[in-house]
Amino acid sequence: MGFTNYKRTVYGFLNIFVFVMGFLLFLPNAKADAPLHEEKPSGLDVGGLIIEHVVNSYEWHIITVKDKHYSIPLPVIIIDGEGLHVFSSKHFHHGHESYMGYAICQEKGAQKGRIIKVDESGNRDVSASFLDISITKNVLSLLLSVSFIAVLFISIARGYKKRGVHAPKGAARVIEPVILFVRDLASSAVGKRYERYLPYLLTIFFFILFNNLLGLIPFFPGGANLTGNISVTLVLALFTFIITNVSGNRDYWKHIFSTPGVPWWLKIPIPLMPLVEIIGVFTKPIVLMIRLFANITAGHIICLGFISLIFIFGNMSSIAGFGISPISVFFYMFMTILELLVAFIQAFVFTLLSAIYIGMAIEEHHHDIHEIKHSISEVK
Amino acid sequence: MELINPDVGLIIWMTVSFLILLFLLGKFAWKPVLKMLNEREEKINMALNEANLAKEEMKQLAVNNERLLMAAKDERDAILNEARKVSQKMYDDAKRKAQEESQRILVSAKEDINIEKQKAITDIRNMIAEISLEIAEKVIEQELSDKQKHQQYISKRIETLNFN
Repeated sequence: MGFTNYKRTVYGFLNIFVFVMGFLLFLPNAKADAPLHEEKPSGLDVGGLIIEHVVNSYEWHIITVKDKHYSIPLPVIIIDGEGLHVFSSKHFHHGHESYMGYAICQEKGAQKGRIIKVDESGNRDVSASFLDISITKNVLSLLLSVSFIAVLFISIARGYKKRGVHAPKGAARVIEPVILFVRDLASSAVGKRYERYLPYLLTIFFFILFNNLLGLIPFFPGGANLTGNISVTLVLALFTFIITNVSGNRDYWKHIFSTPGVPWWLKIPIPLMPLVEIIGVFTKPIVLMIRLFANITAGHIICLGFISLIFIFGNMSSIAGFGISPISVFFYMFMTILELLVAFIQAFVFTLLSAIYIGMAIEEHHHDIHEIKHSISEVK
Repeated sequence: MELINPDVGLIIWMTVSFLILLFLLGKFAWKPVLKMLNEREEKINMALNEANLAKEEMKQLAVNNERLLMAAKDERDAILNEARKVSQKMYDDAKRKAQEESQRILVSAKEDINIEKQKAITDIRNMIAEISLEIAEKVIEQELSDKQKHQQYISKRIETLNFN
């Protein structure tokens, strides 16, 4: 009975997805703007294409049929000096037009694909300051996956409440070993007080895992490269950083500012060791951030690269394109299976390292030999 | 480069939704699930401990039973031995008594026989005396009448006399 409930929930979700997708897809705004690729080069810009698929976007691209782009336009939300602006990204016409003084940056560089302020003549207005909190592709994907995870786990928890201490049923049967796996990981990495940090560790594990897996699905509800986005991994790493440093005990800070077992001249007059330790405090979350981002993005880029091979060869001759496609598809499948593994491994590694950092911060260090001797003589 | 340029909007959305997720799951999912898991583990541990205790108890019981059985066997053997001794004694007693009795009967029978014999001998003696007297009477009577005949008669009488 728990299983059918769970199935019903999932089906309900899927129905909403499909409904929303269909609704958005067939709205008049999805009408294609035919003649757009003015700057479209004769050759194929595979690199640009791949990056375009990997980064965030103001619309959710579904399919392109004969230069017609079918995509779900997403709401743009901008806060600037004049107040709040909310409008659909369809007004940008896939980045080719400006709207209300805003446009999508087309120049190569760090701002490419982001919303920028432009003046009437279409030049970029660098001085303008505004906050862009649009519901982008990644934000929508984030909201969907967060609601999915919340609904799934809360319904599982309800099953647990109902069934008591009996064996799990339905989705819980699949999830429970994973929960136990994370719990064992936490208890061995964090130490005695692991239960306090277990909800956080479980949440990041399943958040990363589900979004990694969703990223592997090539079409609508999936396909957003969420865990391969540096902003997302930055926030996740930031949480670990904050939790680690907030729960750090005396020993942790002592280790940073006055590392025991190190010659004094490494601390005074030039605080070399404290400097190294402080750098270490920041490198840990930065490494967490970069590892997840790089692993997931790299996997996506490789997969897209194999698919792009078909079009590169197809550009030369259609026979070559058809010829290469089985090989491409085979390698793509191989990579996808590998990515499936990576999805689990990266979720595991992020959780494990977070647990280890927290464990290091709350670990009660044993006293020095001298202190022990001192205390023994005191007792005597 | 746009790949590694963090997006403020996404950071804000991510922070907010992750915090909400953390709160929701922490309150409504992990708490009950982990509680249930712990409870289940405790229950399993308890059940295992109880099973071990029961096993131990069973072992103790078996040992006790064994001991009881041994004791009962010993007791039975003792009782049997006792009974055997008693019965042997009874048998021996009975045998001895019977022997004594038979001995006694035999002795008394012999005595009786002897008495009877004496009686019989006495009776025969008396009878012989009487018969002798009778014979003598008759002889005397015959002698008086015929000498020859007298002789014959006496020998005839003696022939008829049989002491056996």
